[in-house]
Amino acid sequence: MTMTDSLTAPNSLRTQPDDRGHFGQFGGRYVAETLMPLILDLEKEYRAAKADPEFEEEFQYLLRHYVGRPNPLYYAQRLSEELGGAKIYLKREELNHTGAHKINNCIGQILLAKRMGKTRIIAETGAGQHGVATATVAALFNIPCTIFMGALDVERQQPNVFRMKLLGAEVRAVESGARTLKDAMNEALRDWVANVHDTFYIIGTVAGPHPYPELVRDFQSVIGRETREQIMEAEGRLPDMLIAAVGGGSNAIGLFHPFLDDKDVEIVGVEAAGYGLETGQHAASIAGGFPGILHGNKTYLLQDEDGQITEAHSISAGLDYPGIGPEHAWLNDIGRVRYEPVTDKEALEAFQRLCRLEGIIPALESSHALAAVEKIAPTMGKDKIIVVNLSGRGDKDIFTVAKALGVEI
Amino acid sequence: MTADRISSTFARCRDEGRAALVTFITGGDPTPADTGAMLDALVAGGADLIELGMPFTDPMADGPAIQAANLRALGAGTKTADILAIATAFRQRHPHVPLILMGYANPMIRRGPDWFAKAAKEAGVDGVICVDIPTEEDQELGPALRAEGLHFIRLATPTTDKARLPAVLQGSSGFLYYVSVAGITGKQQAAQASIEAAIAHLKSGTDLPVAVGFGIRTPEQAAAVGTVADGVVVGSAIIDIIAAHGAAAAPHVQDYTASLRAALEQKEVAR
Repeated sequence: MTMTDSLTAPNSLRTQPDDRGHFGQFGGRYVAETLMPLILDLEKEYRAAKADPEFEEEFQYLLRHYVGRPNPLYYAQRLSEELGGAKIYLKREELNHTGAHKINNCIGQILLAKRMGKTRIIAETGAGQHGVATATVAALFNIPCTIFMGALDVERQQPNVFRMKLLGAEVRAVESGARTLKDAMNEALRDWVANVHDTFYIIGTVAGPHPYPELVRDFQSVIGRETREQIMEAEGRLPDMLIAAVGGGSNAIGLFHPFLDDKDVEIVGVEAAGYGLETGQHAASIAGGFPGILHGNKTYLLQDEDGQITEAHSISAGLDYPGIGPEHAWLNDIGRVRYEPVTDKEALEAFQRLCRLEGIIPALESSHALAAVEKIAPTMGKDKIIVVNLSGRGDKDIFTVAKALGVEI
Repeated sequence: MTADRISSTFARCRDEGRAALVTFITGGDPTPADTGAMLDALVAGGADLIELGMPFTDPMADGPAIQAANLRALGAGTKTADILAIATAFRQRHPHVPLILMGYANPMIRRGPDWFAKAAKEAGVDGVICVDIPTEEDQELGPALRAEGLHFIRLATPTTDKARLPAVLQGSSGFLYYVSVAGITGKQQAAQASIEAAIAHLKSGTDLPVAVGFGIRTPEQAAAVGTVADGVVVGSAIIDIIAAHGAAAAPHVQDYTASLRAALEQKEVAR
């Protein structure tokens, strides 16, 4: 089924957002007036690009020859046998160039930037994965690039900071607020508002003002489209369940979106529960937050009774954000996707199990999805199929994991 | 109509042949208990309209000075209830000075837009400026404010071109706040010529008074902008004084405000 089919199908869940960028009550364009004309322009350009076969052709060419797509849908036999229930397939996004799904979106957005004649790129990053992916495409397209990163994250993620610099990006350490991802995004917005004429902001997840949640989703949906074809080839049918970790939620929506209208496919998003929901130190915006407005969109946010944003915590820097993409907020409210919390501890255990059973070191983000698989798969019959998004590789996380396990390296 | 302190204030300033002085401070900076004295100092110094900032953890449109003021206020435990109490007390002390709440959407809508509009009205507030609710998202706050008779004051910017202006003006009342720089608060000032051109452009679409802000720090700058605008907004420079002197800042704030007012009074408003 193509995008055009879904747009004409009545009652499709794949036709969101509406023309004002709303997913039900969520999404929208909550930005300073300075940015409004720019965002309206971006939307117009995106519509034109989407309808342009040459744009699609260049996007597909780069995904194939530069990113290395399609990546495999791999049957994890030993993990499946160990858990003793459903057959588990891993969508191997970690095999992409730069080691995660982030590059899919960056390729799409840099092509948009080029199309719009922008001569400078900015991006925010938490753990540094989106920063590295952005610096990568900026190098490829020879466009100067500035990455905003919380000063605390700069300290915690030195290898990625060095990678970005090797790729020619300027890394700006953000000293405001708690000096993490949220503050990096504030600072990127401040930069953008002051440089609207020449700068393109490559947002790394399905959040921010419309049309970002939509266009990032569209660029990431290659994950779900490939998965459909690959599972049909391997099993001759669609899976019974999809599972993916959700921070902002771009790897998850990329896998989920092409399946939203397949009522028999159960869909589970996994939020980071940090030290546990009851401790208040987590990053589970749906389980522990309320609807509110931040960074250009309305969505579930971690906040206090006065609407002040509270700090998120997760062992996984990529999930350490107090919000979630607006389409996820909507999919939760309409009951199409179920969102489950997984703690740091559970994710660490799943991380180690995948290393030992399958010889794959998963990212801590993806380990949250794997931990949910470990809980759910044993309750399902051996004839059932789960696809889990292995969104990134864990090489970047070995220092964090070693520390958590009390190992000095 | 007693409710419309904003229009009558701009009218009075026009009659006096000068631009209105609009001053901004962050509520709760350095502490909620100190804010009343700072507001009194602004009025005593000659401020015509007051913008009271509602602190927010993530002030995306603000430069370092106002970011720090937000953090000081929140660090001192400032709650929404404190801001409303500060407004209520101000209104009792100053029955005629327009008071505008300025801030970001999330703290304003947390308990629902109707709750916020009603609470602001009861506190004696005249209008609201919300940085991150553009016309396209008016439903989030606009109807609730208008139902309480509060002005929803919109921002126009250098990127607000001819095609965009009608959208900005839709549902806008009180005055129009022209953000003279595409950027954050407290940074560089726009060139006088660009401000003049922008005001002419805005005036072609509305009869609302136009106040100009962002980057105005000195009496000389205020006087120059005052020759072409109906109002001059000063924020970060006052915040810097509060940052430097803390709870003892009030007399310094008053002196500085008086210097701005004196500068405005020396100039005829060219029409």
